[in-house]
Amino acid sequence: MSYIKAEQVMKEFGSGDGKVTAVGGINLSIEQAEFISIMGESGAGKSTLLSMLGGLLSPSGGKILIEGIDIYGLRRDKLADFRREFMGFIFQSFQLVPYLNVVENVQLPLAVTHHSESAKKTLAMSALERVGLKDKAHRLPNQLSGGEQERVAIARAVVNEPPILFADEPTGNLDSRNSADVMSLLKLLNSEGQTIVMVTHSRKNAEFADRIVEVADGGIKETEVAAMRAAS
Amino acid sequence: MKLHNIAINNLRRRKGKVFFLITGLLVGVAAVVALVTTTNILEEDIAHKMDEFGANILITPRSEGLSLTYGGLNLGGLSFDTKEISQADLDKIKTIKNAANVRIVSPKVFGVFENQNQKALVVGVDFPAELSLKKWWKIEGAQPASEDEILVGKDAADRFGFKSGETAEIKGETFKVAGVLEPTGSQDDNLIFMALPRTQKLFGKEGKVGMAEVAALCKNCPISEIVTQISEVIPAGKVTAVQQVVAGRMDTLHNFRKFSLGISGLVLLVGSMVVFVTMMGSVTERTREIGIFSAIGFRSSHIMRIILLEAFVVSLIAGAIGYLCGIGVTRVLLSFLTEHMPHFSLDPLVAGGAVLLSVVIGLLASLYPAMTAAKMDPSEALRTL
Repeated sequence: MSYIKAEQVMKEFGSGDGKVTAVGGINLSIEQAEFISIMGESGAGKSTLLSMLGGLLSPSGGKILIEGIDIYGLRRDKLADFRREFMGFIFQSFQLVPYLNVVENVQLPLAVTHHSESAKKTLAMSALERVGLKDKAHRLPNQLSGGEQERVAIARAVVNEPPILFADEPTGNLDSRNSADVMSLLKLLNSEGQTIVMVTHSRKNAEFADRIVEVADGGIKETEVAAMRAAS
Repeated sequence: MKLHNIAINNLRRRKGKVFFLITGLLVGVAAVVALVTTTNILEEDIAHKMDEFGANILITPRSEGLSLTYGGLNLGGLSFDTKEISQADLDKIKTIKNAANVRIVSPKVFGVFENQNQKALVVGVDFPAELSLKKWWKIEGAQPASEDEILVGKDAADRFGFKSGETAEIKGETFKVAGVLEPTGSQDDNLIFMALPRTQKLFGKEGKVGMAEVAALCKNCPISEIVTQISEVIPAGKVTAVQQVVAGRMDTLHNFRKFSLGISGLVLLVGSMVVFVTMMGSVTERTREIGIFSAIGFRSSHIMRIILLEAFVVSLIAGAIGYLCGIGVTRVLLSFLTEHMPHFSLDPLVAGGAVLLSVVIGLLASLYPAMTAAKMDPSEALRTL
């Protein structure tokens, strides 16, 4: 059984004559500890697909199964619990909370868990150590560079050790050196067993994944990166 | 990191907004505190002054007989040779449950003075109590200072030729006319006022009282209860409330309270609208942030708790500062509204009420914005995924 499974997933926006199909009847299976990249033109529906896979956007049709659970069959609060337990998110513009310092931002997913305060802090410091920002734990986001903010966002996404990581253009606002650092970090997390689903425009970054899913005209085309490399 | 850390940190960061929120609510709370406190103090002041201004309870001997009036008020069965109430009975008034509300007890004994076919009623009074009860009296001359001095009504003075500072002979005894009352337009103009013990002795009524006028502070107690309590301790007396006086006083106080409650309600409504609009704006401004919370697994109730916690902290501060500002405004208002600044101290009950009111209004006004935030779709909120 696939770890993440999309069955005939579709998403339509608007109604009547103004109805637009963003994603049309996609089937997709992702295995545990797999790293996949979703690529496509702007407006192709890749972010919509990622949102639906991540439990953030209810599909107009079809099902998303994670570990065999139909996540949109869950009640709103149960879905929130599911996201907290199973998923980490890395957003395009870092999306750090500006009035919380680095370690507080990283602790955010733990704020509603039953960990003790000291355990929360230990977990957050450990996550920051992994991304190399332990020494900047008490700075505010606006005191960090773009690359550092992205690494804080990654630390926040992995602090509660969720099995799945969703990343939307994680290097979209970074220079090539910081992009490479972030991609190496994601690859490292994947090698430690984390399932990663990443949306990217960059072919180079996409090739860090095991598989590339290209979204076009509401459908998808899948390519094994290893096979692609062998062919070239 | 707990939810309250998020709320507190957000408040620290948005100082301008917090200031605006606190000010909005503070003005409302301060206005309510000022109006309520001022009303209470003025009520006390007015009630005190009104209660001092004439009697509101009459005690007359319990007998069926000749009906007489005194000052336009029914004195029951009083006649000059009827049974009198014992003066010792009046001391029992101090033992009634509402004794603290009884401010003045003014006993009276009556006798007839006759001279050259002219008659006048001599009223024995306790001068300090009587003068305290009849603040409208204006005396030409001085107040009687001893038992040998009398006070004479204007018409009586004219009829008998009594003049202030001269002597007068009553039933063979000589008295000094300490003063003559300026015309009052009442029966007092025809009376001769003499010290109670001397009158009792002169007319052979030692230890007896013909009637008593009582001024009770009845702001917080029904006058009928005091009447019942006095009736119980003076069974020989017929105790009557002067209903029109009591009703008039109570009406004035009630109208004053209604007015201040109306104004308070209006100011609070404006204050709650300020909180509502500001909190709603804050939620809209924080759409992305709320989206992040939702995406990383905060439940709707967690998001609501953050927003309401912020409202709670702001309301708490606004309530406390509002109370202090309200007390300050009260002092200023009272300096304009009263001649002498009445004594008042910080009332923990009003302070607690002000803070509670502020918190309730702050939370109620923030409820809809909090629910809006909680219902926000994470994907719509982030618009990035």
